[in-house]
Amino acid sequence: MVVTPMNALNIKLTRDIWRMKGQVAAIVIVIVCGIANFIMFMSNMDSLMITRENFYRDYVFADVFANLKRAPESLKERISAIPGVAAVETRIIANVKLAVDGFDEPVMARIVSLPDDGKPLLNKLYIRKGRLPDAAKDNEVLVGDTFANAHRFSLGDRFGAVINGKWKQLTIVGVGLSPEFVLQLRPGAISPDYKRYGILWMTKTTLGTAYDMKGAFNDIALTCTPHANVDDVIRKLDQIINRYGSFGAYGRKDQMSHRYLNEEFKQLEIFSFIFPAIFIAVAAFLLNVVISRTVKTQREQVAILKAFGYGNIEIGLHYVKFVVFIVILGVIGGTATGVWLGRLLGDLYMKFYRFPYLEYRLDPSIFAAAIVISLAAALAGTAHAIRMAVKLPPAEAMRPEQPARYSKAFFERAGLGRFMSQPARIIARNLQRKPVKSLLSIIGIACACATMVMSGFFKDAVDYMVYIQFTLSQREDMKVAFIEPTSARAVYSMNGIRGIEYVEGYRSVPARFRFGHRSYQTAIEGINPGSVLRHILDENLNPINIPPSGIILTDYLGRHLGIRPGDWLTVEVLEGERPVRRVAVAALAKQYMGLMGYMDASALNHLMREGNAISGVSVIVDPLHKKDIYKRLVHIPRVAGAVVVKDEIRNFYDTMAQSMLFFTFVATLMAGVITFGVVYNSARIALSERSRELSSLRVLGYTRGEISYILLGELAILTLAAIPLGFVIGRGLCSYIAEAAASDIFRIPVVIEPATYAMAAAVVMVSAAVSGLIVRHRLDHLNLVEVLKARE
Amino acid sequence: MKVAMQKTVFSVRNLTKIYDMGEVQVHALRGVDLDIYSGEMAVMLGPSGSGKSTLLNILGGLDTATGGEVAYKGKDLTKATDRELTEYRRFYVGFVFQFYNLIPSLTASENVAIVTEIADKPMPVEGALSIVGLSDRKDHFPAQLSGGEQQRVAIARAIAKNPEVLLCDEPTGALDFKTGILVLEALARVNRELGTATVIITHNADIAAMADRVISLRNGLIADVTVNAEKKLPGELRW
Repeated sequence: MVVTPMNALNIKLTRDIWRMKGQVAAIVIVIVCGIANFIMFMSNMDSLMITRENFYRDYVFADVFANLKRAPESLKERISAIPGVAAVETRIIANVKLAVDGFDEPVMARIVSLPDDGKPLLNKLYIRKGRLPDAAKDNEVLVGDTFANAHRFSLGDRFGAVINGKWKQLTIVGVGLSPEFVLQLRPGAISPDYKRYGILWMTKTTLGTAYDMKGAFNDIALTCTPHANVDDVIRKLDQIINRYGSFGAYGRKDQMSHRYLNEEFKQLEIFSFIFPAIFIAVAAFLLNVVISRTVKTQREQVAILKAFGYGNIEIGLHYVKFVVFIVILGVIGGTATGVWLGRLLGDLYMKFYRFPYLEYRLDPSIFAAAIVISLAAALAGTAHAIRMAVKLPPAEAMRPEQPARYSKAFFERAGLGRFMSQPARIIARNLQRKPVKSLLSIIGIACACATMVMSGFFKDAVDYMVYIQFTLSQREDMKVAFIEPTSARAVYSMNGIRGIEYVEGYRSVPARFRFGHRSYQTAIEGINPGSVLRHILDENLNPINIPPSGIILTDYLGRHLGIRPGDWLTVEVLEGERPVRRVAVAALAKQYMGLMGYMDASALNHLMREGNAISGVSVIVDPLHKKDIYKRLVHIPRVAGAVVVKDEIRNFYDTMAQSMLFFTFVATLMAGVITFGVVYNSARIALSERSRELSSLRVLGYTRGEISYILLGELAILTLAAIPLGFVIGRGLCSYIAEAAASDIFRIPVVIEPATYAMAAAVVMVSAAVSGLIVRHRLDHLNLVEVLKARE
Repeated sequence: MKVAMQKTVFSVRNLTKIYDMGEVQVHALRGVDLDIYSGEMAVMLGPSGSGKSTLLNILGGLDTATGGEVAYKGKDLTKATDRELTEYRRFYVGFVFQFYNLIPSLTASENVAIVTEIADKPMPVEGALSIVGLSDRKDHFPAQLSGGEQQRVAIARAIAKNPEVLLCDEPTGALDFKTGILVLEALARVNRELGTATVIITHNADIAAMADRVISLRNGLIADVTVNAEKKLPGELRW
């Protein structure tokens, strides 16, 4: 056999593809979407991971961390001696209040100490601008780049800080990033808030002097040797530091910034599977439909080719090439689109996750996987049709295909037939004659609908979480935390501030919960029975009465610990005298963010063996006096910081808005593409199969509208049937995502608003209508005479 | 003579049709003058490419002329819009084609009903089927009928609207002799009993014997028109 680059079969192939360009394009676009999604998510996950690894490695991110109350510097040697420890850094970390000119809301920051020589061994700084603070000058500070950007700070700018109760003006000498704070989240916050929370670095001497910690430290970071057992190191470290008021050492996996990144990777992984899977499955289905039809219409051509001596393999390869060509086009387009979207998504991530730079890259293995997956799916989808072409005996293929066999539709036999017009019968019987194809079309369109449901779901779920958390559960305007537990009488002094209309104290105690072999470190919140501002909710979102004894746990924490109401929980308090107590679990509470324990405030005081102490207050304020209140709070020494709930929520939505918009845009586009691909291809094939029938009807005097009704009515039924199924599939996928993405940080509630369903249905119907209109245009130009002359 | 006294159904004057096939122009009709009278049975003979199908399609409102005039009962078809032509086909013309063109998803009676549902003054579906002798096959789908039966369903479908004129393009072209005769008998019966003007196109000259008039076409022109002094019954035809 002579193989030339363009033999006759290949010429036939290119012409066939050109003739079917509309359908080919529709399938290519579906593949483009699938591959683009795959590339976008996978390349981002890969790039972020690599970037993180490099940043961690180059800037020596610590392996183990621990906060404690205060320990002497001499302890460092003992810690260094723990087998498996490579390097130890002792630090002073403090939370402070800031006052930024021109910004009237409470601002909080965490100050981390730097060695006086400016060269930390671990968690090194990437200096974006300026220099490290000078140990000789106690007012120099280096600020995190997000905080600097949010306030448009330049080098030399100054802001006020209350450091250990003393007011101080700090001067910015540098802007930097640290592997420790890739994600900067105030403890307890729901989203990064760069205006109201910042990370600052000052020299250890300056901080030591300010906090009376000369020769002492309150934070440890260490790295382990390559083969060390990190859990062993943590356990041994705990043994050493426990008596110094430690809150417990923890590894990287529990370090906040690192954990959030891991959660993000988990979500990327889920998305990089779900969305491409939908598209590739739909593309395989569309290819199956188109190749089956092509093989059928080309029966006689196949017969002639075989009669001329072409072998089965050549015939099979001919159609395989058709499929491969479409897939290759899709992969090329999908990769280009995926890289483009990947960069956009990468830029979005860089707003949340602060790396010095994102090393965006497309690993060849991801590209290879995209090719293999799409080709495998496409060939699997078309294998049957191609086999039909291969197995066709030449003599039989020369004869026209047997006329299609029909039977009465199910509901006609059920007695509904007499209510049906003949066109309605045609629609019903056609749907029934190819039940598998009809069903697959329905599933394909349903996937589009499901994609839309998923895109809307995120906003609905977030709205719901915010509603539960900030309308039903936490009802205060502002939460004010004290530096140390304070007498409940502080409530009265807070009440005296002008503009504060209502005050309630709360107690929050850091603690580790143990049940069986499982444990979890969090905090117990003490709530006054009859609290107006704080409601703990049950499964049905009704407030739970705080029992006089016993503890209420977040439901997810209960499941995590494997504990049920009535069981006894071991509570290791990590504050004060650090008592260890057994407390009965009274109930489990519905909560979507964080994991907590709740107790009656006096029961908690009792457990702590303390008087009527509070950790802070929740307040309702007169909006008119907001700014004055903020100013007052900055200068009250015992106030560690304040959070305004409305700002928190607004900031949360601002942070999310862009990524929401991005995802909604991508999802809408994808849903439109799938619907269009399925409906357009179904319509084109129905038209090719039935143009003769429809022309006959035109000859008999049926109008264009009437024959369009027959062809498009069938698709309308498929589309309408697909929408409720899409709702079900969408909801199922949302549940899956919620389940897979659930963590102690947050659980996504499966809440989908009617508006989301309506939007999903609308996008599907509009896309179907658009493809219907394009086919209708072809129906209007049926050549009646041509079709009637031809044999079936 | 019977024919001369009849009213004119179609009046064709200087009809031309040119197909533009890209680089070449095909003159399918080069100036045809013809009248078709109500109630007559006309057979149009001619070799392939003589223009007979083109003429039939223009008479039936499926195609438009390039020049000249075609009037159906005085109404000019050459100036009709697509909507008017659709209405014309819907109410006044019946078609029978070589390959039957039945709707495969509808049974015999439903294939007839698809026309009666939209017609002005249709005959009952059963009536149409009984004229073509298929009352007992009415619930069969096309795939369950023989070619001859399918063609008779097509005839029943064409006459069910009580058309003024029945246009048949090679109605026996795909059938064997015996079945062909059955189909022609059905057409003759319709013509006789309902008085529907019937135009049959064929290249089978033997069928001409059953016509009132035989119109021969060649090269897009009427070559000859003969009136059969005595027409044969289909059963007497042989080929």
